[in-house]
Amino acid sequence: MVLANRLAMASDLVRAETVEATEFPYLVTRYQVYGVPRTVINEVLHIEGAVPEATLLEHLAILDDSLKMRQLTADWENRRKG
Amino acid sequence: MALLDEKTRSRLRTLFAEIRHPVKLLMFTQAEGGALECSMCSETRTLVEELGSLSENIDVEIRDLVADADLARVYGVDKLPAIAILGGGTPAKDAGIRFYGIPSGYEFSSLIETILMVGREDHGLGTAALEALRQLKTPAHIQVYVTPT
Repeated sequence: MVLANRLAMASDLVRAETVEATEFPYLVTRYQVYGVPRTVINEVLHIEGAVPEATLLEHLAILDDSLKMRQLTADWENRRKG
Repeated sequence: MALLDEKTRSRLRTLFAEIRHPVKLLMFTQAEGGALECSMCSETRTLVEELGSLSENIDVEIRDLVADADLARVYGVDKLPAIAILGGGTPAKDAGIRFYGIPSGYEFSSLIETILMVGREDHGLGTAALEALRQLKTPAHIQVYVTPT
């Protein structure tokens, strides 16, 4: 997804990685990638399917919401323990 | 063996003529030809080198994840094959963009588009995105999982 790359180029705070899922099965398991594209932001924010710009920007804003991020991190850790 | 056919090479030469600022493709591979070679490493290196051969404004540097572990750490590279897209100049400016695994199918187009974006030094974002980035305080690590189609 080139949008993530554009954001990375424009901001030193953003890193964008495109990962070819079939070559990294351990990450597919870790992030529960059942369909592509799947976007993972700071481990805990997951978006399934193509991501419109507004959606991606809304998710970036969540990163600055420490209360919500704490909640999402706890949910993520619970899911991973399964 | 070449991965890109002549028609693709010719099309890419035309596109790469738009590059005004040098772009560097820093690729990490490991132990090619040996027992520990990563899947798709040699194909990815071939692809990156072919891209480099199509424009004098595309620089290619090939490194080994183990032998050049310090450099890999600087660029946050932790899996293979990896391509870091850097702006030209010394030192090269890290655009914060990585491709892990061979960029084929749709991802090949993304790679080309990304090279052109860095080569034009124009991210092409609109005001909404720039405003969101201006307000952002937390480092964002975006991973996009894809498959070749």
